[in-house]
Amino acid sequence: MPVKVEKAQPELVPDVHHPLEKWLRTDRLPHIWCSGCGLGTALSAFLYALEELGWDPDSVAVVSGIGCAGRVAGYLRLDTYHTTHGRPVPFATGLKLAKPDLHVIVFSGDGDLFAIGGNHFIHAARRNLDIAVICVNNFNYGMTGGQLGPTTPVGGRTTTSPYGNFEHPFNLVHLAASAGATYVARCTTLDGRRLQKTLVEALSHKGFTFVEILAPCPTNYGRRNRLGEGLDELRYYREQMVIRHGADPKEADIVPGKPFLVGKFVDIQKPTYLELYQAKLREIGGG
Amino acid sequence: MPAKAILSGVHFMNGDEAIAEGAIAAGCRFFAAYPITPQSEIAERLAWRLPQIGGVFIQMEDEIAAIAAVLGASWGGMKAMTATSGPGFSLMMENLGLGVMTETPCVIVDVQRAAPSTGLPTLVGQGDMMQARWGSHGHYEIIALCPASPQEAFDLTVKAFALSERFRVPVLIMTDEVVGHMYERVEIPPEVPVAPRRKPRVPPEQFLPFQPDPDLVPPMACAGEGYRIHVTGLTHDERGYPDMSPEAHDRLVRRLVDKIRLFPQEYTFYEEVQLEDAEIAVVSYGISARVSLGGVELARRAGIRAGLFRLITAWPFPEEAVFRLAQRVKGIVVVEINLGQMSREVERAVRGRVPVHGVYHAGGRIHTPEEVFQGIEEVYRQCR
Repeated sequence: MPVKVEKAQPELVPDVHHPLEKWLRTDRLPHIWCSGCGLGTALSAFLYALEELGWDPDSVAVVSGIGCAGRVAGYLRLDTYHTTHGRPVPFATGLKLAKPDLHVIVFSGDGDLFAIGGNHFIHAARRNLDIAVICVNNFNYGMTGGQLGPTTPVGGRTTTSPYGNFEHPFNLVHLAASAGATYVARCTTLDGRRLQKTLVEALSHKGFTFVEILAPCPTNYGRRNRLGEGLDELRYYREQMVIRHGADPKEADIVPGKPFLVGKFVDIQKPTYLELYQAKLREIGGG
Repeated sequence: MPAKAILSGVHFMNGDEAIAEGAIAAGCRFFAAYPITPQSEIAERLAWRLPQIGGVFIQMEDEIAAIAAVLGASWGGMKAMTATSGPGFSLMMENLGLGVMTETPCVIVDVQRAAPSTGLPTLVGQGDMMQARWGSHGHYEIIALCPASPQEAFDLTVKAFALSERFRVPVLIMTDEVVGHMYERVEIPPEVPVAPRRKPRVPPEQFLPFQPDPDLVPPMACAGEGYRIHVTGLTHDERGYPDMSPEAHDRLVRRLVDKIRLFPQEYTFYEEVQLEDAEIAVVSYGISARVSLGGVELARRAGIRAGLFRLITAWPFPEEAVFRLAQRVKGIVVVEINLGQMSREVERAVRGRVPVHGVYHAGGRIHTPEEVFQGIEEVYRQCR
């Protein structure tokens, strides 16, 4: 039977539902992301991971900051918090400590988490707070029109580095590992299945976990740096990425035109903030 | 023996400690802060006390994180508080706005010291009063209370938690270094009622998280309660979904303001001392109000019928009460440790009926009763 589509409808094919629909606020679709953006892939891998984990949706809360990645929270049919710029990690800290049984996941971008929110990130990692931080790194501030970010590679052209970036960028996996994260991985949006597998592992890991997802931003970063369409950036990932688990995160710098590392860098066990807090309460006879 | 949550009985404690105990008595079980003078005694007291009763104390990396964690904890279902002084209060302004916009109950304490900037870190000031009112961006309404003694610091902290739940708004305790560090008798009652959180009364599929009750305050579904709601600092509709229209914005901001403004009888507190026959009224708050009592006494001895109108609620400003005051007296003296902040509100409220004279000091010390007396004398001369 031919489907007559006049305008965007929540149900294109009657009674047929996407398996991930139950995780989504379908009445908020279509989303605001540009064509070729990596956020859709990152989001669907995240939802497939939640599906695979089989968690009760009422036990999951997602906290976002500001920016394109910050809009992830708004599309999820979960308890979701779209907070202020750079502050999802301390907001998540309060939420997790108030309700330790919740799975608290921060989903945000590189500028939000590592420029304005950098201090909060390193301290949550230091405490080994039992939350997961998923960072979609698109190498610039997409939402505001493509400005220089803390991960913009040297030479990268953005609206605020019109002559090419000359600042040293962060290597996020090295930063997270140094700050004390107990699970650190990097993926790209090229490989949704590998990303899903990584997210399942990261979300089920106890302690502070960090997953960096490299994602194209063809509208802003790609266009100004002649990287082509979103698909061309994925081709670039395929050509240059080197999967190496257990690599030294120090060697995971991202330099345009050169091979870069993806994989799992850190996977260790260390007492979490809440475990240590509970132990202290027992020690003093409180609680 | 397990530690008690409410330390019922008579104590000798300072204002900071009384705030900490008031918070615990009110049901606060989450406190996040960053060290700063002269707030330290609040954080130190709660770092010691909260773990005893199973609460959470966390020292965050800065005041931005402290208030963000407090908002998160409130959405996690806890009663939560942070405390700071001027420099940290400035850092909290961004997320104070998030708290207002997302209607998050919490309490924020500012133990004021002399400023601007680092100023006189260990010495008294009252210069954050306007920041309390307008410090975050945009137009909003807020409740701010000013204790003048350790006992009142305890009582108003309990009250602050109740108001924050009633109106779903961050409530500010605007105290000062002297009240914070002053030791006095504090009586903690045997029982303190814990203000309930207004919960949804319909199942999740029918629940609109920002659809207000008739009193303009919506019930609050916290994380993990099955309602799966979206909470955003963006302008949002009743579903909590972003709505980028000027109409939605005007509707939301007006409601956030009106839900407080329309119920002044619930949060307007002030004290009148010797105003029955007064010709001159001193308007003051916090430690300055206590000093002003000495000035009033000196004036009475000199034959000037003076009295004190003590602001307990600074914001929303008790306009009607001050306007009525202006109809009873011939002149008003405002005493505060800044160069004129609440005095602007007093001037606005009296609508030119009587002269308003400020007795100001930029900070670092409290006024002397003599200075207050001189201010009273001056206004008295003007209105004869």
